Amino acid sequence: MFDAIVQGVLLGGYYAMLASGLSLLFGVARFINLAHGDLALLGAYLVLALVRRFGLDPFVATVPVLFVMAALGWFMQKWLFARTMRGGILLPLLTTFGLGAAIQNGLYGAFGSDAASLGNHIGNLSWDSFDLPFGISIGKLPVLTFATAVMALGALQLLLSRTRFGRALRATSQDPEAARLSGVDAERVQRGAAAIAVALAGLAGVFLAMRSLINPYSGPAELIYAFEAVVIGGIGSLWGTLTGGIVLGLAQCVGATVSPQGFQLAGHVVFLVWLGGRFYSQGTRGTPWHRRLLKWGSA
Amino acid sequence: MIVLEARSLVARHGLLTAVREVSLAVEQGEVLAIVGANGAGKTTLFGALAGVHPVASGVIVLDGEDVTALPAHLRVGRGIAMAPEGRRLFPDMTVRENLMIAGEHGRKGHWTLDTVMAAFPQLVPVAGSLANHLSGGQRQAVAIARALMSNPKVLLLDEVSLGLSPVAIEGLYENLSALKAARETAIIVVEQDLDRAVGFSDRLVCMLEGRIQLEGRSCDLPRAAIADAYFGLTASFEEH
Repeated sequence: MFDAIVQGVLLGGYYAMLASGLSLLFGVARFINLAHGDLALLGAYLVLALVRRFGLDPFVATVPVLFVMAALGWFMQKWLFARTMRGGILLPLLTTFGLGAAIQNGLYGAFGSDAASLGNHIGNLSWDSFDLPFGISIGKLPVLTFATAVMALGALQLLLSRTRFGRALRATSQDPEAARLSGVDAERVQRGAAAIAVALAGLAGVFLAMRSLINPYSGPAELIYAFEAVVIGGIGSLWGTLTGGIVLGLAQCVGATVSPQGFQLAGHVVFLVWLGGRFYSQGTRGTPWHRRLLKWGSA
Repeated sequence: MIVLEARSLVARHGLLTAVREVSLAVEQGEVLAIVGANGAGKTTLFGALAGVHPVASGVIVLDGEDVTALPAHLRVGRGIAMAPEGRRLFPDMTVRENLMIAGEHGRKGHWTLDTVMAAFPQLVPVAGSLANHLSGGQRQAVAIARALMSNPKVLLLDEVSLGLSPVAIEGLYENLSALKAARETAIIVVEQDLDRAVGFSDRLVCMLEGRIQLEGRSCDLPRAAIADAYFGLTASFEEH
């Protein structure tokens, strides 16, 4: 049981990494990127291609891929999302849904449908573990994933609260027109947010591929986990996203100790219960729930 | 020297033409008041001047340059800043952060965080509070201070005293009088309180149904003429 709790917390780090990009883009540009999971897979496959082609270390290959993913996010926001956002709330959903399908089939065309993994390129990191007292052993890869997630979220939090770009980003998410009236190029800020979001998706995808087998169609399942983590944690804060990821990871790992099928089931049940509770509390206390969801606070 | 000029400006809300062929100009350091009933087109005119409402036809000239095609954030860089109706602060950011954003993205000049805080001393004790937690008067002060942070040549103030207590309004006009006395920044102010508008401004424009009904030096305009223009009575007198 204790083992499941530790595994769940560490898994939550991965979900938080995946979810932070989704929630950042939603908070700033106000659309849900349904291709987020597929973009994560795209990042993973790009690293895999570099590793296979040039024999690079996966961690080394990740660095250029993150820049490529950031550039991809920037230009997608500029040429695709910004245009569809003008068409109302439904159009970005449809567009990103289609983009996800295009990425899936593009990956299928380029890499085939065979399951792939970065696990056999990272040496003994994939099975090595820290041995703690009382017979507990914690895998090094999950610890590394969690630490990376915390560092990525911490860096993002610093960026948001301490920098000129971060202030402009929060201002744009809270009131885009007022931001424009204060001289902020809101479209540019949204492009920057998309760049960060897509790079974070790629980073999460790399860790997914190190931990497990992936195939070109793994993206949508990851999107669902990210979405659940975001809803549980609330879009307002990055540490909320981490909490949401941990709650989801805990539910899944504890569920898996009850029954092998419990992994998926427990995660979804906790999500639904949480969502229901949120709506119920909104009804009784009159909290403007959607407003809490949409804001990026100072803290 | 004319800083900002609008020539035959037309702006629409869908099928409704809210601003019809409006032409006006302000000189450096001049205060122009715009009065008019609800729906006269004052806020739409401001939106068009600031660049957040599309212009159907007409030209906006800032310092001799045509800025009609520039988006709002670039107009801020050229020297047009607006404190919009409803304040529109960033609610979950501190007062200081609200001010910093405009300072970081606007023109450089006399107004910095320190000088603005000195001009609005009521903001010093709340500088670290979230804008969400302020009173109405404080919010309006932040909105005006935020617009000043971008060192505008023209400051647009929409509905300065709307919804504020008399004490808060008095305080804000004390801040603004100091700004007016410096005669550096042109101010265009939309004000519902006619006495305020006449007392504070150098010139006054009265709008009715999207058009300029009356224009003149504030000290020369008789109150009755303003009132008639405000309610559109002049036309009906002439008809009868």
